[in-house]
Amino acid sequence: MLARIKQFLGMETKPKEVASKQEVEKVAEEEKTRPKIGYIHLSGCTGDIMSLTENYDILAELLTDMVEVVYGQTLVDLWEMPEMDIALVEGSVCLQDEHSLHELKEVREKANLVVAFGSCAATGCFTRYSRGGQQAQPSHESFVPIADLIKVDLAIPGCPPSPEIIAKTVVAVINGDMDYLQPMMDLVGYTEACGCDLQKKVVNQSLCIGCGTCAMACQTRAITMTNGRPEINCDRCVKCGICYIQCPRSWWPAERINKDLGL
Amino acid sequence: MVLGTYKEVVTARSTDKQIQKIAQDGGIVSALFCYALDEKIIDGAVVAGPGEDFWKPQPMVAMSSDEILAAAGTKYTFSPNVWMLKEAVRQYGLEKVGTVAIPCQTMGIRKMQSYPFGVRFLADKIALITGIFCMENFPYESLKTFISEKAGISPELVEKMDIGKGKFILETADDVIKLPLKETHGYEQNGCKVCLDYVAELADVSTGSVGSQDGWSTVFTRTDVGETLFKSAVEAGVIETKPVDEGKFGMEMLKKLSKQKKEKAMKVIDEKKAMGLPIPYKASSEKEDPLANI
Ligand SMILES: Cc1cc2nc3c(=O)[nH]c(=O)nc-3n(C[C@H](O)[C@H](O)[C@H](O)COP(=O)(O)OP(=O)(O)OC[C@H]3O[C@@H](n4cnc5c(N)ncnc54)[C@H](O)[C@@H]3O)c2cc1C
Ligand code: SF4
Ligand code: SF4
Ligand code: SF4
Repeated sequence: MLARIKQFLGMETKPKEVASKQEVEKVAEEEKTRPKIGYIHLSGCTGDIMSLTENYDILAELLTDMVEVVYGQTLVDLWEMPEMDIALVEGSVCLQDEHSLHELKEVREKANLVVAFGSCAATGCFTRYSRGGQQAQPSHESFVPIADLIKVDLAIPGCPPSPEIIAKTVVAVINGDMDYLQPMMDLVGYTEACGCDLQKKVVNQSLCIGCGTCAMACQTRAITMTNGRPEINCDRCVKCGICYIQCPRSWWPAERINKDLGL
Repeated sequence: MVLGTYKEVVTARSTDKQIQKIAQDGGIVSALFCYALDEKIIDGAVVAGPGEDFWKPQPMVAMSSDEILAAAGTKYTFSPNVWMLKEAVRQYGLEKVGTVAIPCQTMGIRKMQSYPFGVRFLADKIALITGIFCMENFPYESLKTFISEKAGISPELVEKMDIGKGKFILETADDVIKLPLKETHGYEQNGCKVCLDYVAELADVSTGSVGSQDGWSTVFTRTDVGETLFKSAVEAGVIETKPVDEGKFGMEMLKKLSKQKKEKAMKVIDEKKAMGLPIPYKASSEKEDPLANI
């Protein structure tokens, strides 16, 4: 199944060394108590961590009982990056910014599990439109998803990812629920996202059924439905990939859905 | 399991004379939504409301029984109801949303609930999914071809459309035109050819005409939510039930059609996979139950 989804998601980007699954399992097993989490902020808008904090009902428990936050700007007073079980990386990486490149490499060395957290880290999202020539540093021009440079273990796309998917993922990691995490592992390879994926990978493949899930999911309302097919307003599309990810005809987690529904 | 997992299956219809008159079959969808609204189980429901063109539906958020009834009846073309769920929550501020959904729409909603990557604060506000059976759907232009060219009438004269007993049926005030399904064949939406769900296997309650007599519906209760709601609607006298016919025109027919649909789809799925085309479903060789919707 994994291979099929990968093939379907067009995992044409960097071939991934397949250590990921075992690594997630290891983290889940060893750290059943409180995984050490670091938050690394590259070129993102802080929306992803804001979304994490919107888990009001479980946030206190999350931060005190479930995880230990050991690193992160404004979160922890620490300069040296420590060893971490899980590193959440927000934002794409700027190829002209030495600090970011260095930090990203260091994350890979210090963290067991690197998570592309949010669409900027996972797909580049709206930083894909960057062309440089702007303040504060006009030479900062090229922003790419972190999986272009380092091996990533899980991707949680979203602009931002919903508070619910963050909570579900954290719980799955802590419980070692590999089945639930499988799509996040597969999505690591989906780094070139765009609203036009609906046209290319769904409509062109005679798979679209006009359900409207993509238009519901688009976080910038770039999609309207015309004659039962998605129509993308390119001026609004931020290339987050969410429409295609939520489409029932991209990948189909049947077993999980049946389980969730008790069917 | 050609009919999915379910708790109970019955033949049923709305006891409301007005609903009986305007509904497609037993009026189960409309009756359940009206009841759920009255009982405050939902604050509103997304339905396929009337659009600008005849028989081209527009998803709408119905907030009253009148609005639900205005959307009754089957329209055999796209109504992207899932799209409107966000509107129901964001614009209308609903906390408990109901929706009618054909099987593939149910799949989009359920996937979002299990994996709400980019969908914030919506998954837990879906209070009721009433699924309807579906063999196939048609682009609007296909419908126009059936009405204007094959039946030779103008769309505004059509009062009801239905598919049954091997015919596509167009009813006007004083006439009933029946097109053999081989006339509509080839006009279906392509995506339907790989669809493995006939009876809305993932809905809370699912309903359709096949398996029950004219004017009645076949109803499956599937989830706890669906079972509780359906039972209380029956207790309240909003819906009447009778045992489902197990025979040739009852459950046997339903099972036969579902099996046929799934077998045909699996054939296309296997062919496409052999060609290296993307398909979100498993090949026959990859699954235990070749007819499961996975
Ligand atoms: C495309 C399509 C194909 C179908 N194929 C079959 C079939 O093969 N076998 C079978 O037994 N039943 C089929 N049905 C279901 C059947 O036609 C009835 O809709 C169902 O029995 C409900 O009838 P009712 O009297 O309970 O509903 P009503 O009270 O009449 O309400 C029907 C509800 O369905 C909604 N609706 C109408 N058109 C659409 C649409 N295109 N998309 C989403 N929602 C819509 C309406 O808004 C309304 O809320 C199909 C329905 C559709 C839309
Ligand atoms: S979500 Fe539905 S409407 Fe959108 S591309 Fe996928 S199948 Fe088509
Ligand atoms: S159309 Fe919307 S959901 Fe799809 S990639 Fe663009 S912004 Fe994201
Ligand atoms: S046959 Fe399947 S894919 Fe086609 S409209 Fe019906 S439920 Fe959707």
